[in-house]
Amino acid sequence: MTDWIDIGTLADIPQRGARTVQLSGEKEIAVFRTGDDQLFALVNECPHKKGPLSQGIVHGHSVACPLHNWNIALKTGEAQGNDEGCTPTIAVKEEGGRIWIARPMAMQAAA
Amino acid sequence: MEFQVKDERRTDSGDDVLVPFEDVREHLVVVGNGMAGCRAVEELLARDAGRYRVTIFGAEPYVNYNRIMLSPVLAGEKTFEQIVINDAAWYDDNGIELIAGDPVTGIDRAAKAVTSQSGRTVHYDKLLIATGSDPFIIPVPGKDLPGVISFRDMKDVDTMLEAAGKGGSAVVIGGGLLGLEAAHGLTLRGMKVTVIHLMDTLMERQLDEAAGWLLKTALEGRGQTILTGANTAEIYGEGQVEGVRLKDGRDIPASLVVMAVGIRPATSLAREAGLEVNRGITVDDHMVTSDPDVLAVGECVEHDGNVYGLVAPLWDMCRSLADGLTDQHTGYKGSVTSTKLKVAGLDVFSVGDFSGGEGCEDIVLRDASRGVYKRVVVKDDRIVGAVLYGDTADGGWYFDLLKKGEDVSDIRDLLIFGQAYAVLGASGGGALDPKAAVAVLSDDAEICGCNGVSKGQVVACIDAGACSLDAVRAGCKASASCGSCTGLVENLLAVVLGDDVKSGPKTMCKCTSFGHDDVRREIVAQDMRSIPEVMQKLHWSTPDGCSSCRPALNYYLLCALPGDYVDDQQSRFVNERMHANIQKDGTYSVVPRMWGGLTNPRELRAIADVVEKYDAPMVKVTGGQRLDIFGIKKEDLPAVWADLNAAGMVSGHAYGKSLRTVKTCVGSEWCRFGTQDSTGLGVKIERMTWGSWMPHKFKIAASGCPRNCAEATIKDFGVVCVDSGYELHVGGNGGIHVRATDLLCKVATEQEALDYCAAFIQLYREEARYLERTAPWIERVGVDYIKSRIVEDDAGREALRSRFLYSQSFSQEDPWAERAAGANSELHQPLQPIAIAAE
Ligand SMILES: Cc1cc2nc3c(=O)[nH]c(=O)nc-3n(C[C@H](O)[C@H](O)[C@H](O)COP(=O)(O)OP(=O)(O)OC[C@H]3O[C@@H](n4cnc5c(N)ncnc54)[C@H](O)[C@@H]3O)c2cc1C
Ligand code: SF4
Ligand code: FES
Repeated sequence: MTDWIDIGTLADIPQRGARTVQLSGEKEIAVFRTGDDQLFALVNECPHKKGPLSQGIVHGHSVACPLHNWNIALKTGEAQGNDEGCTPTIAVKEEGGRIWIARPMAMQAAA
Repeated sequence: MEFQVKDERRTDSGDDVLVPFEDVREHLVVVGNGMAGCRAVEELLARDAGRYRVTIFGAEPYVNYNRIMLSPVLAGEKTFEQIVINDAAWYDDNGIELIAGDPVTGIDRAAKAVTSQSGRTVHYDKLLIATGSDPFIIPVPGKDLPGVISFRDMKDVDTMLEAAGKGGSAVVIGGGLLGLEAAHGLTLRGMKVTVIHLMDTLMERQLDEAAGWLLKTALEGRGQTILTGANTAEIYGEGQVEGVRLKDGRDIPASLVVMAVGIRPATSLAREAGLEVNRGITVDDHMVTSDPDVLAVGECVEHDGNVYGLVAPLWDMCRSLADGLTDQHTGYKGSVTSTKLKVAGLDVFSVGDFSGGEGCEDIVLRDASRGVYKRVVVKDDRIVGAVLYGDTADGGWYFDLLKKGEDVSDIRDLLIFGQAYAVLGASGGGALDPKAAVAVLSDDAEICGCNGVSKGQVVACIDAGACSLDAVRAGCKASASCGSCTGLVENLLAVVLGDDVKSGPKTMCKCTSFGHDDVRREIVAQDMRSIPEVMQKLHWSTPDGCSSCRPALNYYLLCALPGDYVDDQQSRFVNERMHANIQKDGTYSVVPRMWGGLTNPRELRAIADVVEKYDAPMVKVTGGQRLDIFGIKKEDLPAVWADLNAAGMVSGHAYGKSLRTVKTCVGSEWCRFGTQDSTGLGVKIERMTWGSWMPHKFKIAASGCPRNCAEATIKDFGVVCVDSGYELHVGGNGGIHVRATDLLCKVATEQEALDYCAAFIQLYREEARYLERTAPWIERVGVDYIKSRIVEDDAGREALRSRFLYSQSFSQEDPWAERAAGANSELHQPLQPIAIAAE
């Protein structure tokens, strides 16, 4: 059974924005809320030069990295267009009004 | 069917009778006299009318009525009698015992019996649970006050009607389907209604942002007040509800509060009876629960992980349930649901997954003049979702294509125009191509609704030499207004000219066919007030734009509506959102404003303290004569600003598409050569211009004599002081393409220098394209044009200047101080510091 971590509520994240989750590992996780209120979680590092994706402009189901404007697909973590690279994704769900991320994936991603 | 003689009695008249017999048929007891419970019984009767003896318990004191018709009852369009599905005669005719107004309170599975509130115990062979849902009540103080209700049953409607009879105000909490129906009904009944919705758009589960925005606009047009992004803090009142208080402190008086924030399956009976319950009572494909003799159906169940809140799936469930009970085996396979808002006059439809995502393509049609928005989401050549607003006639067709999983690649180009067009187009001479569809239109077919231009007129215009969209717009006005026919005109151009079509002006980005100038013009002409409104009216092809159009639109609106426009933070680049410069390692650098490049010991000390306190690895003097503190963490920014604010320093906006610095030299105060007080002038200019948002970064300099130590001739606006006054220079740039300024003019007084500066900035703010610096802008429009507006037109200059100063009256707030005081400070913090030890 997957083990989920409660990280807050939808209202904690601005629409078309992101908040980060600090894990005791090396890396942060960015949790995105899109314009249509879908949630996605990625390691907070752009595959290009580790830009903090949580600070990018979220449009549709993509985020534009704040450093060099690569577009990253939120669902797959993959760079779009001519750029190549991929950021690890973490399963995230909304249930009972709370947001949950998958612990094992988060642990792995943060390591 | 066998009957058994139970006892034999004699009547007073002495006749022999053989009643009553004990009915030995299997006994089906139904808990819940609602939509699903009764429908299941109907299905069962249709298959094998005599097989079961049926008893139905209902908590409500009514026969079976159509719950979804409660809205029309509330709105006064129907009476209760008109929404009854099965009247008392139906129960009698079918030998069904109805025990209404007496809820079941317990199920004893071992004894196979249920007990009710009044103490009745009834044995069953098969039990059917159809308890529906309980409204979700948000646990705020005051939720139990009289006058706070949900919208679920006839009793709620009675309460609402009674309250409406007294007039006054009502608050509806929840802007979903149900809440809006309640609001509509109460409005029609004469109450003043405010809808409080937590999310930013109405019906966010069913509608995308664009459709939600249209809906909100329409409802507001009907006199309702819609507060989105509004969180209820408490409901207050002495012995009776008196109003609702929001988390942000707003107070809304109300004598009635309807909570319609959601429902959850009513599972407590089943849970207490030890049945397997997840979100709903778990059932198999024949609606059998974890106990083979107990079935469940309707909103209270969970099938294959899904819980439904609409009636359509119930019908499917009831069929499978009846099949199972009569030993037929076609199981339930789950349902795809669609939503239709039936609030009179407002047509909204949504189905499936319209949230897009990987591999999905959006086909969007926005027809602003008709108030129509349609979005169809296609994945692997199949429709996976649709949202329609304003014109929902084709909802059923899309729903059908979706359910059947039909390949739509053949009709894809015409899909969004609806069934008539796509299918007729396809059959009408195999016209699959939109160009061909336009080609077959008759000459008098209307192309442009706004300007009443026919196909014949457009073709004539093209024949007369117009070979681009712009030329057609200029020539015959087609597509020159709302632009919804742009696609048609482009197709006509292609049909008439073949490959000779000139590509139009560059569009803003891939989300729109409009260029920057068109968008700016339309924003002002149509008095547009928000990003979703622009996207709607100008037919954006994406649901919420992209990272290049959103910041531009945000700026254009801000510039057009100073003081009125509500800035959209999420449409700002990170630097402007964080009020600091992001650096390559993800940390930020912070530049306090130093007016005209001046500083003092207190400021220097504060900066030194910040550098030490927050371990900033570097401090640097910038090219614009300011001090830049590097390596500050996002979390520390508010504290850094608070410290700098305490020493009197405000944000230098070194991060923004905004006025950055005013560089100065020492001028006549100290310099042997100085002719005027360039330092003092620089400080005055900076005091006037700071905080202003621009199409791009903007730099100013003031030099005290033609030696030009402040390098004023490579700035966006430069002043070079001379003996007889001030030379004003514009359009300089030290960037990739170095450009020296053009001389705008010479003025005699310092005040004039300030006035011309303000006017020039405003012209640039109003007319340049987003991310166009003054240098390319001036090269594009020509310096003569700038002179004609600033130097030769005194009244025009004065108007520009006052518009600038007016907008400045709203923008000279230090963003650091707001954040340091706590505004949006959570955005600097991680959601939740979670310590997870590595395993
Ligand atoms: C105002 C309103 C408008 C709606 N509009 C639409 C619409 O436009 N389209 C749509 O598809 N859906 C609509 N719905 C939803 C639709 O009504 C429900 O999906 C449907 O009624 C569910 O059927 P059900 O039998 O599972 O539950 P219900 O119809 O709620 O029936 C459950 C019954 O069980 C009774 N009950 C509960 N516990 C007990 C107990 N312990 N003992 C005895 N009886 C009990 C309840 O009193 C109730 O009568 C609307 C709902 C409401 C309230
Ligand atoms: S520009 Fe002229 S006044 Fe200013 S510092 Fe240089 S020499 Fe002196
Ligand atoms: S680090 Fe993200 S685009 Fe370069």
